[in-house]
Amino acid sequence: MAIDNQYLQIKLTEKFGDLVFNFEDSYGMLSFEAPKEQNLKVLQYLYDEPTLGFQFLTDLCAVNYPDDKGRELAVVYHLHNLQTNTRIRFKVFTSIENTDVFTASKLFSAADWMERETFDFYGVNFVGHHNLKRILNVDEMDYFPLRKEFPLEDQTRIDKDDEMFGRG
Amino acid sequence: MKIKPELIKTTKCLEEDKINAIMTEHHHHITLPDGSIEKQTTTLNVGPTHPATHGVFQNIMELDGERVVSTEQTVGYIHRAFEKLAERRPLYQVTPITDRLNYCSSPINNMGWHLTCEKLLGVETPKRVDYLRVIIMELARISDHLICNSIVGVDTGAYTGFLYVMQYRELIYEIYEEVCGSRLTTNIGRIGGFERNFTNTAFTKLEKFLKEYPKVLKEFEGLFARNRIFMERTIGGGAISAERALNYGFTGPNLRAAGVDYDVRVHSPYSSYEDFQFDIPVGKTGDNYDRFLVRNQEMWQSLSIIEQAYQKIQAFKGAEAEIYHADVPEYYLPKKEDVYTKMEALIWHFKIIMGEVDMPKGEVYKAVEGGNGELGFYLISDGGRTPFRLHFRRPCFIYYQAYPELIKGGMLSDAIVTMSSLNLIAGELDA
Repeated sequence: MAIDNQYLQIKLTEKFGDLVFNFEDSYGMLSFEAPKEQNLKVLQYLYDEPTLGFQFLTDLCAVNYPDDKGRELAVVYHLHNLQTNTRIRFKVFTSIENTDVFTASKLFSAADWMERETFDFYGVNFVGHHNLKRILNVDEMDYFPLRKEFPLEDQTRIDKDDEMFGRG
Repeated sequence: MKIKPELIKTTKCLEEDKINAIMTEHHHHITLPDGSIEKQTTTLNVGPTHPATHGVFQNIMELDGERVVSTEQTVGYIHRAFEKLAERRPLYQVTPITDRLNYCSSPINNMGWHLTCEKLLGVETPKRVDYLRVIIMELARISDHLICNSIVGVDTGAYTGFLYVMQYRELIYEIYEEVCGSRLTTNIGRIGGFERNFTNTAFTKLEKFLKEYPKVLKEFEGLFARNRIFMERTIGGGAISAERALNYGFTGPNLRAAGVDYDVRVHSPYSSYEDFQFDIPVGKTGDNYDRFLVRNQEMWQSLSIIEQAYQKIQAFKGAEAEIYHADVPEYYLPKKEDVYTKMEALIWHFKIIMGEVDMPKGEVYKAVEGGNGELGFYLISDGGRTPFRLHFRRPCFIYYQAYPELIKGGMLSDAIVTMSSLNLIAGELDA
């Protein structure tokens, strides 16, 4: 039986107080946020606390919000408790100037490559990662291609007028 | 320092002196003092295009005799930036991208993507659509496992099984073709259902498959499951404990072979999987042999699911038996004859094709049980016409990082078998 989202929220607030916030029920999955310095503490608590037991890292990725000053990059963890079949989404935000986030690879071996992938595409610097280098792109690449500042198509093209369809 | 003949990937971009610097560095590596510890192992470059790797994988292995001491994987040779591409495509144009993830079971990826969109849009699909999808997805699972298991056979020296079962993968592809017009990269179905109803030929072919395939699978199983040579080659190779497998984020048959009965179809049923009776086969040791057996057993389960789904479909009568899509005018293309004769249909057709329909704001994560495990789609919409961010949780990418741990201390030839029994698909690995 899945753990109630209400219960998760109470447990997390009890433990971390104001440090966890922005609780949201997103299509049935509880989503919340914490300061990036706290990410390992939150992950460890979710892992160790017997009534929570989020010991399976389903997914780790980053999102770029270019307009959100000081919170341009979000690192999103999807965790899963396989016994009760509960999923939870946990986010930390970081500025694009200082992208240091503590690595979760000591807790989850699965995070190793997922963090490398996130570094490769978004330039999130996972502090403490044992081998943080590019994984899917070439090593010589000197930018982080999935950031929104890099448009997908050549913006100097004139043969294709997107404004005709209201998308400038 | 290890002697690693690393490939210089973008020679063109490097200046000549930079190349020279690299060359001297390599030269320096080679002239290590005699008796240094590095000299005691051999470096072997397996891949990127090696016939034994069944895909573009590079491994730089350190060998002590024929035993693997360590390996370093290089991935990304067929990286195509799908996540970036998806940020400029309306929902229906993302489907062909998902084809190219795990191309051995494209329909599961397609359906997973449709289900993700339907979750975001709040679309309820009719039961008949769910059952039709289940049939297609289970056929895809069979073809996926069939390839994986027969390739394990090839790598242990038995080519016969591989050639034999190809005929039946062909039959599965013919069913896809009858339903959607294509075979490998299927782009099957639409948001809300299928593009057209299944034809009678499709059902006839399905019946033929259901009738003939069990015999073939039985025979295939007989070639391997209790074959002494096969057992000795695969038992104990590439084993992983359940605990390590979970920590490494294993899902699907590879996790179940280690003894954890996690299956997305049962834990979070989608597409009406809750209406079916089936078992989750689990292994014990997580080695190559258990992975083979789990996949083999899953094919039997898939067959039984298809049979049940087909019976349920035949039970629909009258107008219900003609339903093949949900009512989603914003995303499901109207009938062609309506487009030519009715204004409303023409407008929708144009809006859908041009991707001018704004989707609701929200974040969804939807997972399906792919051929290799939990295939997840994390879709963030900011209310625009294209996804703001789309992330694929690719099971292959996640479990391949355990490969060095799986093969450490084993023979080189077992490392090759381990690679195929993990069912690594380059397309899914690199996205």
